[in-house]
Amino acid sequence: MTEQDFLCLTPFLIIAIAPVVIMIVISILRNYNVVYGFSVLSLLAAFGSIFFILPSVPHTIEPLFIIDKFSLFFVGIIIISALLVTLVSYDYIKRIEGVREEYYIVLFTSTLGAVLLTVANHFILFWLGIETLSISLYILIAFQRSKSNSIEAGIKYLILASVSSAFLLFGMALIYTAFGTMQFCAMLAALGTGNKLSPLILSGFGMMMVGIGFKLALVPFHMWTPDVYQGAPAPVSAYIATVSKGAVMAVLIRFFFTMKGFDNQYLFVAISGIAILSMFVGNILAIGQKSLKRLLGYSSIANMGYLIIILLTGSNKGIQASVFYVIAYFITTIGAFGVISLLSTMEYEADKMEDFKGLFWKRPGIAIVFTLALLSLAGIPLTAGFIAKFYIILEGMKAGLMILVISLIINSVIGLYYYLRIITTLFSTAGETKLPDLSLSGNISLAIIASGILILGIYPGWLIDIIVRLVSL
Amino acid sequence: MILIYLLVILLAGAFLAWITGKSHHVLPRIISLVVLSIDLIIVLHYLQSAHSDKDWLVDVKLDWIPALGISLHLALDGLSLVMLILTFFLGIISVIISWKEIDSKTGFFHFNLLLILAGITGVFLSLDLFLFYFFWELMLVPMYFLIGIWGHENRTAASNKFFLYTQASGLLMFISIIALYFVHGRATGIYSFDYLQLLGTNMHDSTAMLIMLGFLAAFLVKLPVVPLHNWLPDAHTEAPTAGSLILAALLLKTGAYGLLRFIVPLFPSEAVTFAPIGMLLGVIGILYGAKLAFAQTDLKRLVAYTSVSHMGFVILGVFSFNEIAYQGVVIQMIAHGISTGALFILVGQLYERVHTRDINKMGGLWDKVPVMGAIGLIFSMASLGLPGLGNFIAELLILIGAFKANVLMSCLASLGLIAATVYSLRIVQKVFLGNKNTDWKMNDLTLREKVVSASLVIAILWLGLFPKPVLETAKPALLKTLKNQKEITLENKLNNTYNAHLTLSTQPFSTTKYTKKAQSTQSSNLISLRSLCTPL
Repeated sequence: MTEQDFLCLTPFLIIAIAPVVIMIVISILRNYNVVYGFSVLSLLAAFGSIFFILPSVPHTIEPLFIIDKFSLFFVGIIIISALLVTLVSYDYIKRIEGVREEYYIVLFTSTLGAVLLTVANHFILFWLGIETLSISLYILIAFQRSKSNSIEAGIKYLILASVSSAFLLFGMALIYTAFGTMQFCAMLAALGTGNKLSPLILSGFGMMMVGIGFKLALVPFHMWTPDVYQGAPAPVSAYIATVSKGAVMAVLIRFFFTMKGFDNQYLFVAISGIAILSMFVGNILAIGQKSLKRLLGYSSIANMGYLIIILLTGSNKGIQASVFYVIAYFITTIGAFGVISLLSTMEYEADKMEDFKGLFWKRPGIAIVFTLALLSLAGIPLTAGFIAKFYIILEGMKAGLMILVISLIINSVIGLYYYLRIITTLFSTAGETKLPDLSLSGNISLAIIASGILILGIYPGWLIDIIVRLVSL
Repeated sequence: MILIYLLVILLAGAFLAWITGKSHHVLPRIISLVVLSIDLIIVLHYLQSAHSDKDWLVDVKLDWIPALGISLHLALDGLSLVMLILTFFLGIISVIISWKEIDSKTGFFHFNLLLILAGITGVFLSLDLFLFYFFWELMLVPMYFLIGIWGHENRTAASNKFFLYTQASGLLMFISIIALYFVHGRATGIYSFDYLQLLGTNMHDSTAMLIMLGFLAAFLVKLPVVPLHNWLPDAHTEAPTAGSLILAALLLKTGAYGLLRFIVPLFPSEAVTFAPIGMLLGVIGILYGAKLAFAQTDLKRLVAYTSVSHMGFVILGVFSFNEIAYQGVVIQMIAHGISTGALFILVGQLYERVHTRDINKMGGLWDKVPVMGAIGLIFSMASLGLPGLGNFIAELLILIGAFKANVLMSCLASLGLIAATVYSLRIVQKVFLGNKNTDWKMNDLTLREKVVSASLVIAILWLGLFPKPVLETAKPALLKTLKNQKEITLENKLNNTYNAHLTLSTQPFSTTKYTKKAQSTQSSNLISLRSLCTPL
């Protein structure tokens, strides 16, 4: 490896070294605030280093890595999301008795897995990234060992994720058999100009779709989502919904676009079907939920359904739309789960509808952030979610995907119904629930999220410009 | 820039009202009054220059999302000017009438109120279709809160219904906007949401029809037309008085404004194809709304249904495609805003005193509250179209215009005037006259309420006696719309043979003749007599 290679890996190295340092610090001095502060600083440093290496990309480290502007953009999104999750975790994790500093170690290792996925140019790195991410997630989900449903969620995720990983691995093996290479760009060369994929490759793709569909919680691989979202600590649910899915989405976009999967009619039909099913199933099942975490879980299924529409656009503009959507969705989701985690106490997880009754009159600040997040999920103007949905619809219509766009529209209305129900609860007459006080960290994170949602909703031009300039494959 | 300030002032006022509302009850009201008065003065200032020949009195265009061809394009012409004056005037009224009614969470109430008005202002000013949709949706959320927090018993269901109806139809319009953007972009290579760019886009007939239907969905739900009117009675009934006032007087008008500003200019020949259905929907709305209004026992619901009936005239007028009908439409928008608004205020005042809206429990109230009774009488008369009051001019002009376009529809629609008489007189008879059903203890209007009612009475009388300033202000904009529409339809007519209806609607006529006659009520009376006699 050359000096240049190391330079380009700076953000990854920072994220890899940070957990080791934290481990050493813990063994010397177990102090929650120190570990927390160090985590925040490391993430900021990793984010800063992206700008530092930006001039020297694209850079390929044979055979595994491809570091280009697209991947750095996703690395940036993932690091910022991890940072926001860290910020909202402060209060939540602090309330846990016993060991809690280790939470940040695992958070870092899973983030490492996530960022590695974005630079993957090879099945091996793809696999390594996804496993690093998943194994860390098992621990994070079951982090509250005293709670039975946390353990249950962890085990559920462990079993199902292993099965899906097996599918993914098998799919990779089949494709390797066909092509004799595991590098994405080499595969394209092996594929040649013809659009016909052999049954072997097609079944390989199918197997991989199962594995990826599981990670993205697309219907029909979505069964784990509500249980895991409900059982996991709220910040971890936010983490699964954002960082984990975003990273998989990044690698999926790269793989799918490199292979020009949208040209194949079987894949086209399969992905359209999965997208439509995810939207409808996610939204319809969300309507009846009483637990907010479950509801957000189902809503995330629907949201991923919207997002994979852009896989079929087959254009760089489509990728740009998806990146904007991912950013908007991340901020929004972390906002929603952040509110839940900030209002939860050690004994009590605030995810019932009743817990939020009249929140606006008791804690206007938190309620506004939550309202903004919900409106953004519903895609109402002034919020980031609106511009994001608009962007997807725009690119979808441009590519002539009318059926998908119309399902998106219908689902927006269905979605609106249950988001409105929560908003109504927030503004109804005050309930009895006692609420914990917020720390500085919680307040800062909510302020960042609220302003993010509003800025992207009112003046998105600058971000779209940046995306258009940087993101292309 | 001044147009952007109009919006910024409202938004700044909204936030200020919210912040000050935490510590003070009266401050948000005063802030709202000041903010709305400033805006009203600004727009009134443009009245002098309204007759100029310029296409737009003011035109601002700034970049917003240049990568996608979206700009912050606001412009003011006579039509939007008239609507804005109505908006700010009724905005002030709605702050004053809420003075006693809204006693909890005043800061947030006025925040929402000003935000709705900002959305409506934006809708009346936008010349960028994306921006238009943005404002179109912007007014929904605060309205949802207004109904959902300060409304009556069934407020949650009503606010949800309102939101879902308007949002669903709005999304259809959104698809149409994007489709238009692509159709235009593919044809010319310029991808833009700008209204002026998109005017005269060359489209395949069936494409244009589909796109127009998407726009229509949004506007017809908002207006509302009869099969899509279901949200209206609930939302109006459950909203607090200020909410009902804004809903009836302003929100419905955005639908009518959309028809005039977007449907007719963007889809001139498709609009003509749709005209028979449009007019039929209008007539159904007029008659059905009136019938349902007559059947109600809840006074507020009754008034809500009269809106359906009155807005039927607007659709009828819009799809008549001639100047006289369009002038009627503009007057109808304002007159309906004032008269129905006033009736909602009256219902609110009654409810504050007797805590019921059931007209069977009222009766014989004139003795106790003569001033209120007189006001009620005036606005019931306005609602039934008594000459001398604004609604008369409006409905008359629309009927004359419609008569030129479609005789049958016009005749059927004029039956609505009879129906209006029946339900309006029923209000007066059941509430203020007749037997005393319950012995209510109540006082007459306070000074604040008298001031509000008096200003509305003056407005409706002024509109009925001197409609000329309004007509003159809106005229250039309407002529522009029609001219463009006629040029294109005539062009089509040369190419194809159209049916008799179309020929009627595009028949050349002397514009000056009709406007002169519309200048005073007396001569309008003459026209009415003549045109009503002709079929007989």
